[in-house]
Amino acid sequence: MQITITLNGKKVSADVAPDALLIDFVRSHGCYSVKRGCETSNCGLCTVFLDEKPVLSCSVLAARADGHRVTTLEGLQEEAAEFGGFIADQGAEQCGFCNPGFIMNALALFRENPYPSEEEIKEYLAGNLCRCSGYEGQLRGIQAFLAWKKSKEAAE
Amino acid sequence: MKNVNQPFRKKDAMQLVTGKPVYMDDLAPADCLIVKLLRSPHPNAIVKTINTTVAKKVPGIEAIFTWEDVDQNGRRYTQAGQTYPEASPYDRLVIDRHVRFVGDVVAIVAGVDDRCVDKAMKLIKVEYEVLEPVLDFHTAKDNPILVHPEDNWESLCPVGADNKRNLCAHDECGSGDIDAVLANCDVVIDHVYHTKACQQAMMETFRTCCYMDLYGRLNILSSTQIVFHTRRNVANALHIPKSMIRVIKPRVGGGFGAKQTAVSAIYPAFVTWKTKKPCKLLFTREESQTASSPRHEMEMHVRLGATKEGIVKGIDLYTLSNTGAYGEHGPTTVGLSGHKSIPLYGKAEAFRFVSDVVYTNHMSAGAYRGYGATQGLFAVESAVNELAAKLHMDPFKIREMNIVKEGDVMPAYYGAVNTSCALDRCLKKVHEMIDWDHKYPVRDLGNGKVRAVGMGMAMQGSGISGMDVGSATLKVNDEGFYSLIIGAADMGTGCDTTLAQIAAEVLDCGLDDITVFGADTDVSPYDSGSYASSTTYVTGKAVEKCAMKLRAQICKLGAELLHCEEADVAFDGKNVFVDADPEQKVSLSEVASASQFGHMVPLEVTETHTSPLSPPPYMVGAAEIELDKETGEVKVVDYAACVDCGTPINPNLTRVQAEGGLLQGIGMALTENITYDSKGCPMENSFMQYKIPARVDIGKIRVEFENSYEPNGPFGAKSIGEVVINTPLPAIADAVYNAIGTRFYELPITPEQIAMAVEENR
Amino acid sequence: MMTIREYKRAESLEEAWQLNQKKNNRVLGGMIWLKMEKLNVGTAIDLSGLGLDTVEETDEGFSIGAMVTLRQLELHEGLAAYTGGAVRESVRHIVGVQLRNLATVGGSIYSRFGFSDVLTMFLALNASVELYKGGIVPLAEYAARPYDRDILVRVLVPKEAASFCYQSVRNSQTDFPVLTCAAAKTAEGYRFVIGARPGKAMLFALKPNGAETPELTADRFAAEVRAQIKTESNLRGSAEYRNHLAGVLVKRAVRRLEA
Repeated sequence: MQITITLNGKKVSADVAPDALLIDFVRSHGCYSVKRGCETSNCGLCTVFLDEKPVLSCSVLAARADGHRVTTLEGLQEEAAEFGGFIADQGAEQCGFCNPGFIMNALALFRENPYPSEEEIKEYLAGNLCRCSGYEGQLRGIQAFLAWKKSKEAAE
Repeated sequence: MKNVNQPFRKKDAMQLVTGKPVYMDDLAPADCLIVKLLRSPHPNAIVKTINTTVAKKVPGIEAIFTWEDVDQNGRRYTQAGQTYPEASPYDRLVIDRHVRFVGDVVAIVAGVDDRCVDKAMKLIKVEYEVLEPVLDFHTAKDNPILVHPEDNWESLCPVGADNKRNLCAHDECGSGDIDAVLANCDVVIDHVYHTKACQQAMMETFRTCCYMDLYGRLNILSSTQIVFHTRRNVANALHIPKSMIRVIKPRVGGGFGAKQTAVSAIYPAFVTWKTKKPCKLLFTREESQTASSPRHEMEMHVRLGATKEGIVKGIDLYTLSNTGAYGEHGPTTVGLSGHKSIPLYGKAEAFRFVSDVVYTNHMSAGAYRGYGATQGLFAVESAVNELAAKLHMDPFKIREMNIVKEGDVMPAYYGAVNTSCALDRCLKKVHEMIDWDHKYPVRDLGNGKVRAVGMGMAMQGSGISGMDVGSATLKVNDEGFYSLIIGAADMGTGCDTTLAQIAAEVLDCGLDDITVFGADTDVSPYDSGSYASSTTYVTGKAVEKCAMKLRAQICKLGAELLHCEEADVAFDGKNVFVDADPEQKVSLSEVASASQFGHMVPLEVTETHTSPLSPPPYMVGAAEIELDKETGEVKVVDYAACVDCGTPINPNLTRVQAEGGLLQGIGMALTENITYDSKGCPMENSFMQYKIPARVDIGKIRVEFENSYEPNGPFGAKSIGEVVINTPLPAIADAVYNAIGTRFYELPITPEQIAMAVEENR
Repeated sequence: MMTIREYKRAESLEEAWQLNQKKNNRVLGGMIWLKMEKLNVGTAIDLSGLGLDTVEETDEGFSIGAMVTLRQLELHEGLAAYTGGAVRESVRHIVGVQLRNLATVGGSIYSRFGFSDVLTMFLALNASVELYKGGIVPLAEYAARPYDRDILVRVLVPKEAASFCYQSVRNSQTDFPVLTCAAAKTAEGYRFVIGARPGKAMLFALKPNGAETPELTADRFAAEVRAQIKTESNLRGSAEYRNHLAGVLVKRAVRRLEA
């Protein structure tokens, strides 16, 4: 079936199978940041924005995204680098495989709640598994980023 | 130091956080055939007939291979990534007519896309002769049912293996008269401890892509920790010359030992070798959970004797290890359960360590961070905690009285001298970090909840002594930037960066002046691979030596350009200059240019290192748990730990290694379980059923460092990667005891077990 | 893994209903469970174009469209105020925000899984379901019915003079529950709904006796629920443990709602 998705700001039309999943659609359109870590909607690695909301692209039919906007880390390179630098400063990106999904969802968090508390951070990102970091370094990176953002905004 | 002991960003960090395509499936050729494996539903069976005629007719199917395509009398192989001759037995065929666990490979199917392969898989008709399995590892040894009855089973090393007894290995060792020592002890703690076959659960599942190159050689792009061993594993499996194989590692999405076994490489290699077409195999999470290389399930019988004053006089350990259907890492992991737990107790006068490793019809075990030490330390440290309780002594106090010290000879650690050790300082530090005196043993929060603390110690090694080989190549390029080429595998550990830091320290340059490449069997100098906590200590030393030699080469060419003797010049990282007259100098850039213009001094050096010692890193950890006595729910609200890894090459990376390892240990203590149903089918086959900790499951993890200086390591460094997983197991088990008064000898400790124990104690 | 031959975004409920009469057609919820089933679907029927993605609040109650996500439930201020945060508590442990942005109320209620936090919660809220053909049916009755081919359109929650609380016990925070307990205290007494037994949630209506202290009431309710409830064993816990937990959670619910 024919679908049209606004992928990272560009209209993409494609012929897809009715059961094609959004994760496979975006990867086949060059968005390799989107990873698959499980088949049971548990890991959060495949997080993309569907319109403005973070969703698991492994659990969305490409057909269902027809007519909608889909954003992956490829479409958020500046934000990813800006925030990701703080993760890198902790060494907490480690193997890197969970990073795109984690960073997507962290960016979603900051949009919904610009200055989340530690508890709010943990709860919002609970569905983003990471096996390397023990989450502590990610948390330090997020808090360092928020502190930097706050001081930058105060200066403006 | 400008580079070593500095918290630099990893060299690949920004590529990773911006999601660049650097992993195997991002790099695989677009026209790869899709490979999937048809797996056995039975734990022990013979494939009577297998019919692929209809399946092969599915449009898009390229090939289907079964046992009929594999010489059943051919030489067997192992998937273990180990130095040749491997301690692990040669007990596998690419496809064996005899399937030995639920998930064993019955057919390899290759086709143009997922859809046709899925369809063909359903159309393969298999008739099994179902055999009775060996599912309880207690009954495996000398069981009349043999997991490996075949005559072409082979053990290359004297590890006490005997396939006609279901024995993958057997060993006995000791020192002193343990029976006499224990007979004279005032107290003997005597218990059996049990740990399960936990999964590494790295986020990137096992995966490999293969293609033929210009020279007709098989190229293997695999998510692996062991490129050189994989080359041998594949050559042995396919019975083809090693010269025809090249193995390359892209960025790896986590390993933790799982990828120290060639779990996924063999099958696509077989397909590409047969069809000459590119193909790829990506394990599903289900396959990664059920047909992979998890930790060895172990049962440890500890008899630990002490004086009434609390001096540990002797430790007697018997370990029974379950290697599953195949013997990968079976003979070697078991050794660490004793050799990396018993030596912590420096005043013991005798020890005995006996072990059996048995075959069963479970999935094969493999290497997982800690590699047997994790299991052994749970047992021995739990026994010491129980000893402390029995003697009404503080667990920290009893450790202070007993621990091994720097300079001690360690009889249970192959008689090695303890060359560097800050275990005493780690104890003091953790005692203070957790505020032990105020929190030990338990505080009532008044709402059915209590907070309790517990602690444990750990050691590991730094590489395999006298065996592991690390190498590095360094070269000077145009304008004087360096290339570092390694065979060690960065799987998120950051070794591309830490090894470059070591080189930069020696070469007096910035980290950005060094590019890193690894690992490729055609290009990299030989390296055993990244496992056994070897990379920093063994390969790091090779890098240090290599950089020293390269400095000499730079000086040699510089001296030539300055028309003086090599002995008369020095190099400060920027210029080669005459010692007596520093104004007479030539820049590194000029030296580099000269090397490419009419000169024959090679500015390229390869250096190799091995170490007769494996200096242990040490660690102490303490857990504070909050436990709900009615529901049994328990959460680690604070975990304080202190590590002695010698000099941390990159403090950020050692810290995140420690934090991540601790949470894996916490998961093993509380939630991660592998169980089989009565038919031998593994139950925890997804992340829905196998619960690795999420960030809401953990309070704080805090890590500090007390550094010793290891004279044999690069800049005083020892290892960090594995030791970090070990302490949570005994620490949490003891915290639970302090909370409710019941000891648990089996992991994980579940809310149900806790709640039911509280009910029983009423 | 599920396959789908055709995908159809329904343009009316009638069209969805017509399509759904065919045995191998399926209505899509959040796709979380459906995609894991080994199932060959003829036509996948998508209700997402029918405006069923809102929560409407009136003085009488809430009308929740079948396509409202669990995340919308979690963030809905009216539901939070009415239930004292119980609705939020019932969904916030479910895996993660990204999953809750997909999983729908309709999917959860239609599936009627034993472990469902949503079903447990809505039973305690005395909810009804609105079916396209079948009209309005009390949720307790709907939950007991076998799966049929009607279309679940909305979930209706009446406002009553009541207070609520939701509890669950999990082996880890984002896991399936070992046991769930939703409680409602109304003028007539208490409703307890115990889910993840692991079977479908069971409802218990109990009345306090004016003479006893809240603590005694809690003990008596706990004993009564434990005596009546049927629990079984699975990977996450034994029947015995679940029975024990039922007592603990009922007791805690009473204490909280009496406080």
